[in-house]
Amino acid sequence: MARPRRSAPGHRHERDGLIDPLDEIIRIEGGQVLATLIRLTGDIDRAEDALHDALVVAADVWRRDGVPDKPGAWLTTVARNKELDRIRREARRAPKEVEAFRLLTESDANPDVDNRDDRLRLLFTCCHPALSPESQVALALRTICGLSTVDIARVFLVPEATIGQRISRAKAKIAKARIPYRVPDPHELPDRLRPVLATVYAVFTAGHHAPMGELGERVDLADEAIRLARVLVELMPDEAECVGLLALTLATNARRLARTDSAGEIVLLADQDRSLWDHAAIAEAAALVDSVLRRGRPGAYQMQAAIACLHGTAPTYADTDWPQIAELYLLLENRWPTPVVRVNRAVAVAEVAGPQAGLALLDELVGGPTERWHLYWSTRADFQRRLGDTAAAAESYRQALSCPCNDSDRRFMERRLAALE
Amino acid sequence: MPRYAALIYGTEETGEPNPELWGTIMSEYMHFGEVAGAAGVIGGGEALQPTNMATTIQVTGGAKGGDVIATDGPFAETKEALGGFYLLDCKDLDEALSWAAQIPGAWRGRVEVRPVIDMSEMG
Repeated sequence: MARPRRSAPGHRHERDGLIDPLDEIIRIEGGQVLATLIRLTGDIDRAEDALHDALVVAADVWRRDGVPDKPGAWLTTVARNKELDRIRREARRAPKEVEAFRLLTESDANPDVDNRDDRLRLLFTCCHPALSPESQVALALRTICGLSTVDIARVFLVPEATIGQRISRAKAKIAKARIPYRVPDPHELPDRLRPVLATVYAVFTAGHHAPMGELGERVDLADEAIRLARVLVELMPDEAECVGLLALTLATNARRLARTDSAGEIVLLADQDRSLWDHAAIAEAAALVDSVLRRGRPGAYQMQAAIACLHGTAPTYADTDWPQIAELYLLLENRWPTPVVRVNRAVAVAEVAGPQAGLALLDELVGGPTERWHLYWSTRADFQRRLGDTAAAAESYRQALSCPCNDSDRRFMERRLAALE
Repeated sequence: MPRYAALIYGTEETGEPNPELWGTIMSEYMHFGEVAGAAGVIGGGEALQPTNMATTIQVTGGAKGGDVIATDGPFAETKEALGGFYLLDCKDLDEALSWAAQIPGAWRGRVEVRPVIDMSEMG
């Protein structure tokens, strides 16, 4: 029953650390093609195998003859024929194979058919509430974004075996419990959309927290998430939180170039060169926020997008509308009192009412799980430093460094600590 | 057609039964039986006696032929006990979940939906 698993679709081969442009096309197209193949075969593993076979052919033919005009359609056709051959060879005629055979043969008619719907189906399948949130994100990154388990493990700082296990368990449950491959009906959306948005946002934050080793340079997860958010808005324009998510990712990503210096080190918002910001993206986000907030159905993504736009349109750090940002964080905290929201609110309040007021808000988190989050400690350290309590600030940075975090955050906090000592 | 077991969990009533509440619950289940029955979804199902009627047995030694130990009560002593089940014939999990959400146990307790192993697809 168990067939040997092959590498993820679009798995990149590293050649002297250079990105192969073919691999990049394959990774981006692969998610689309895989989504279509899953609909046709009704099985993620079979679809992955068929795509893998097609990629082997592509690597050969494309290098020789060049990349075809529609690489996605090309791959779909080749993969479909590979799967048809395989079904014929196996000569198994369980009802499932008969159905797959019928769909694969019929799809011959129009391989160019717009397959964005397939991607959306796949996204809803990956984000089915019957799967654990960790599995949802891992499976989406693997199937929709074409990341290998190695890359996903790097993003989440967990062992590769853990990611492999999450993905295989999720696939097994999709097959055995028959989690369907479809976009839910409108009346189901309030419940079903939430994990989809959460997954797309998790993909975005994973990408946005670059640089995180070499992954940051090789795979643009933030762009991938923005693409997915756009698809969600196109296909479900009435869902206000889809618009909120798109605006949030656009406005946050717009500051990306300014977030690191030429050496790849973190630059704080206060010190960023605002001319490096993508002001067109910020304007697009701001327009989206304006239009969606008028619908009167504010949600967490819309509010965070509004905050990101206030930052994005501020001429300087000092001239930022901190009172409004603090107010928005309070609204967020009333409904979603997550550690991130509470720490960010403390930062905004500190800008309005001074570091002592910010510190008082952080004190409410003492003894809680937030103490395992490095940014809680580094925020605390910053307030203490501004209050002149160098010893306490140094101790907080040391606490921050004992929490799990990526290398660039670690180096940033080490520099801050060294500056104090 | 795939088959799912909808396992109905809830807190067991202790003390005097409340005839009015009992009547309400019965009519809720009658309603579900009519609607789901008419849709051809119900492949079976039973209501179970409470867990104080349960006896759990285990054969020791990890192999056939060991000593049989019978214990008074359910396998796991939890606040919410298995009170009954339906077998639902549905095309996929979403359909099974939408039917399970109409079982009165879903608002009076909880319903766990598990796919039934299809022996014809094995090996």
